[in-house]
Amino acid sequence: MDAILLQILNGLDKGGAYALIALGLTIIFGTLGVVNFAHGALFMLGAFCAVAVKAVLNIQMVTIDPTKTTPWGAPMEIRQPYVEVWFGDFGTTLLDFSVPVSILLAIPIMLIIGIAMERGLIRYFYKRPHAEQILVTFGLAIVLQEIVKSYFGANPIPQPAPDVANGMIDFGILVGFEAGNVVYPAWRFIYFLFSTAVIAAVFAFLQFTTFGMVVRAGMADRETVGLLGIDIDRRFTIVFGMAAVVAGLAGTMYTPILSPDYHMGMDFLVLSFVVVVVGGMGSLGGAVAAGFLLGILQSFASMNEVKAILPGIDQIIIYLIAVVVLLVRPRGLMGRKGVMEH
Amino acid sequence: MHPTSITKKDLLLFAVFTAAVLAGPIILKPIGAGYPDLLQKFAIYGIFALGFNILFGLTGYLSFGHAAFLGVGSYTAVWTFKLLSMNPVPAIIFATLMGGLFSALIGYVSLRRSGIYFSILTLAFAQMCYNMAYSVLTPITNGETGLQLAQSDPRALDVAFGRDYGAVLPSSDLFGLEMTGYPGFYFCAVMLIICFYITLRIFRSPFGMMLRAVKSNQNRLNYTGVNTRPYALTAFIISGMFAGLAGGLLAVTDPLAGAERMQWTASGEVVLMTILGGAGTLLGPVIGAGAIKYFENIFSAFNKGILNNIFDFLPDFLQQVAVSVSSMFVGEGWHLTLGALFMVIVIFLPGGLMEGVSRISNLLSRRRSDGGSGGTPHPEPAE
Repeated sequence: MDAILLQILNGLDKGGAYALIALGLTIIFGTLGVVNFAHGALFMLGAFCAVAVKAVLNIQMVTIDPTKTTPWGAPMEIRQPYVEVWFGDFGTTLLDFSVPVSILLAIPIMLIIGIAMERGLIRYFYKRPHAEQILVTFGLAIVLQEIVKSYFGANPIPQPAPDVANGMIDFGILVGFEAGNVVYPAWRFIYFLFSTAVIAAVFAFLQFTTFGMVVRAGMADRETVGLLGIDIDRRFTIVFGMAAVVAGLAGTMYTPILSPDYHMGMDFLVLSFVVVVVGGMGSLGGAVAAGFLLGILQSFASMNEVKAILPGIDQIIIYLIAVVVLLVRPRGLMGRKGVMEH
Repeated sequence: MHPTSITKKDLLLFAVFTAAVLAGPIILKPIGAGYPDLLQKFAIYGIFALGFNILFGLTGYLSFGHAAFLGVGSYTAVWTFKLLSMNPVPAIIFATLMGGLFSALIGYVSLRRSGIYFSILTLAFAQMCYNMAYSVLTPITNGETGLQLAQSDPRALDVAFGRDYGAVLPSSDLFGLEMTGYPGFYFCAVMLIICFYITLRIFRSPFGMMLRAVKSNQNRLNYTGVNTRPYALTAFIISGMFAGLAGGLLAVTDPLAGAERMQWTASGEVVLMTILGGAGTLLGPVIGAGAIKYFENIFSAFNKGILNNIFDFLPDFLQQVAVSVSSMFVGEGWHLTLGALFMVIVIFLPGGLMEGVSRISNLLSRRRSDGGSGGTPHPEPAE
């Protein structure tokens, strides 16, 4: 029982990341009718926002202290990040919290990138065949990740979580099991809470604001909304920016769990596409549900007991589920008839 | 109009193609591509792209997982070397069959959906093969190290015919003719020519017409009572077999197979080759494959020193800027060039080079001018 609870918890953070990316993909599918193969690259860019923030915060002042010498006899160099020199203890805290702080940077940057992408490239592809949309965004994804590679190198760059969140949470005690059986890294739980909050915010935005209402109407029937005199193009640009922010935030916060490297985006993109297909194309709820479901199933599949029976199942479980779902329910778990069916 | 039988023009095209491929070492010498290793790549990736084009160019189904079949072909060929014989013929036969078998399995499932779903499914399957090659299937694929030959391999057929390679690591040979250098190239070239002929026949057959019909209006076909899936599946299997053959040939010229051949970047590359040359055209994919491999070779070889020489004529300050900007695109950064090229082609020339050629020749003369440009007749685009 406690093992099952642990695996469910283990799947939540990965599921959260899948859900966030798949949500953005679905919104873009639904509103703009565009298949965005560069969405994984947006996730990756978000992660590198955290890398950049940490690098900037870590710029160090070098002072030479003539009174001390190194063991080799040279004058001792003292390196101290500028933020600590300027802000003292607050600077230290800032450094420690570099990942959450990066969110502040990631939101505007991802918004700008998203809007620039839509205005500069995607909008010219609304009327072109899906194959060409896929190809051009695929090319863009390669370009983005190669640019990142040329600046940050090819190796993963570890990003520590804040010290406070480095510990473990003992969930076993909370639900009445023996202590020490169900321990779970705090940051991963924070990531789960964070992703739920973002998902809730997106849903609330679409459900309770006028803007969201127009977007939902546009998803249902773009042409009619346009005929009513609403500038649907401008709104969809903002929607694209929003999807980029969601993907970016998912990446930023994921960095302590998985050290970012330039090709992390594509790995997640493939899985997120599978999530979208399983959830049902065009269904926001389906994307979120399938994201968490597949994340949890994946963590169950990586249990040693399961792997002993079916070796390697953890590597392919998601794809297998996608195949089964498509064979049994071709529209996915929550797909509706007539949405993206050609 | 697309004729459904081989015309004289087609035979001429085939003859010119054959002559051009066989004379490749001489023709390509002036541009510095006249050496066997690169020529082998041209021929092998030409086959890969030809096969991909049968699926994408004719039916419009965009597969993002063709590299998986290439990888399967390579692994099969190396295993054939290990178990049966160092002769390339059984290796490529088995590689082709395995490519066909895998594409039948994957195609059967993927073709239940079309459009985006299809692309995503093929991509997912390819990633699945790639992941499995790295993890569970390590006993078969040798994981990250890659599958290699060993002296102690059984090689049952070779032993049966009394061939002993002694204490050296054997390399593949066709009845004593080593498959490296020019003999290797000509082996691949003959395969390319055979594949080109098969493609030509498919393009000009009623079956090819049916595939084009799938691309232009599948609904209409369904309404008229035609079940399109068997046609699409056949096209998928044929292109998978071409990919398997190409993978087998890669192993023939260099008996080593690694999982990185199955990665999504490799699938993307063959898509790019096809659209760069011109999807749906006969010659386009081969030309596209050649162009990509040629530029890959040139760009990857560049380094800072060469760039400094190139931009030597500029003032120092500009030279530094030019070198640092362009060094992002060469050497290790070749993939950036590839991605940018990808976007440029899709945005400005979705019909590929062949469309560009026909646009230019249309500009030059309003009349249809076949065989007008550079001595090689170019086929009309498929649309």
